[in-house]
Amino acid sequence: MEKHCTDSRVKGVSTGTTILAAIFDGGVVIGSDSRASIGGEYVSSKTINKVIQVHDRIFCCIAGSLADAQAVIKTAKFHLSFHSVQMESPPQVIAAASVLKDLCYKNKDELQAGFLTAGWDKKNGPQVYVVSLGGMLISQQVTIGGSGSTFIYGYVDAKYKPNMTKEECLQFATNALALAMGRDNVSGGVAHLVVITEKGVEHVVVPGDKLPRFHDE
Amino acid sequence: MKLRLFKQERCCPRMGPGCLSAGLPVVCLFVVMCQTTIMAVEYDGGVVIGADSRTTTGAYIANRVTDKLTRIHNKIYCCRSGSAADTQAIAEIVAYQLGFHSIELDEPPLVETAANLFRASCYRYREELTAGILVAGWDKRKGGQVYSVPIGGMLVRQPVSVGGSGSTYIYGFMDANYKPGMNKEQCMELTAAALSLAMERDGSSGGVVRLASISEEGVERRVILGNQLPKFSTH
Repeated sequence: MEKHCTDSRVKGVSTGTTILAAIFDGGVVIGSDSRASIGGEYVSSKTINKVIQVHDRIFCCIAGSLADAQAVIKTAKFHLSFHSVQMESPPQVIAAASVLKDLCYKNKDELQAGFLTAGWDKKNGPQVYVVSLGGMLISQQVTIGGSGSTFIYGYVDAKYKPNMTKEECLQFATNALALAMGRDNVSGGVAHLVVITEKGVEHVVVPGDKLPRFHDE
Repeated sequence: MKLRLFKQERCCPRMGPGCLSAGLPVVCLFVVMCQTTIMAVEYDGGVVIGADSRTTTGAYIANRVTDKLTRIHNKIYCCRSGSAADTQAIAEIVAYQLGFHSIELDEPPLVETAANLFRASCYRYREELTAGILVAGWDKRKGGQVYSVPIGGMLVRQPVSVGGSGSTYIYGFMDANYKPGMNKEQCMELTAAALSLAMERDGSSGGVVRLASISEEGVERRVILGNQLPKFSTH
């Protein structure tokens, strides 16, 4: 059995990235930066959208190899819509996360992709799930991922409070993404944010020049 | 360039969690390391420096109450990160050189001089050393100053600087919360909060928080024990 080279420096297009998802009072915010790079040296896309819709009220963020992530999401979307038809109701967020987890775990030797899944369903309200590289699935209130996330662990730990309002949570997510993009050279561009509540889905895009600035900029 | 990369891959424990998740082969050389979190902040009239207190040999914590804030001269201190042996040796050498220089001059040495002495040693022996150092202190000419001498031997002055393996987790917090023009107490609180956050996330940092403030009046040292550290909303 061949083991693929997992040296991310040599692989093709990868999303050195920053992704984030956080639960607020009544919904969830999921967001990411918009840079795709090859080997960390060339920005192949400045405006890629890493927040992908897998169902009406369920969104995913991808980190890792772009090719692997796109392939997994395509398969997951198919499984999820089939499941939804069988159940005759919108799928639960944990169903989406489990589908991704199954794919990541069973193919862990070949794949190098991690996911954040966030959404709202009638049974459990707003939820955030993390499917990590090897196929672990856990539920958290707030979670960050991607190469840029290491720089904002301290900020997120200090700033996140449960039961924030929607505006507070949006501001928190924008600040966190801006801070990560300021320190990580493979994250950048615009901030894509999606707010999911019982009422529906709202897309917010914060262009580079409107991002918050900090003391040394 | 390639040689340096291989050297870093060999000494994997120093690089922390990012290295392991990238699937690089981990060969554990059990060197005594201060993978650590260190921080230094300038304020008007002096500097505040801080560090955690953990020294590791592989997975064993060799010293859980280390003092990484090392006196180089009366009003010049350095914060050490990287190999414990390398940084102790360099600090001793620089302290000797600076003491000699100060006697020749017949006046207290400049912080910039101390920083340049560190840089000279760290750059000349960059292939052999693993040392990331923050030099901070007060002198009559420029007041409080912080100089960063990371691995490789660069020298740069910054108003606020963090270092060590735990520093990556608090760049965002530091960018968001540092404002020019803070006073000494605010700098102390910022440093204590930042170090606690880093110690919470970095396995190689922990123990107590050691703080020191250096100004014209002298050096004031504080220790914040584990149960007295600032707490943040747990999730």
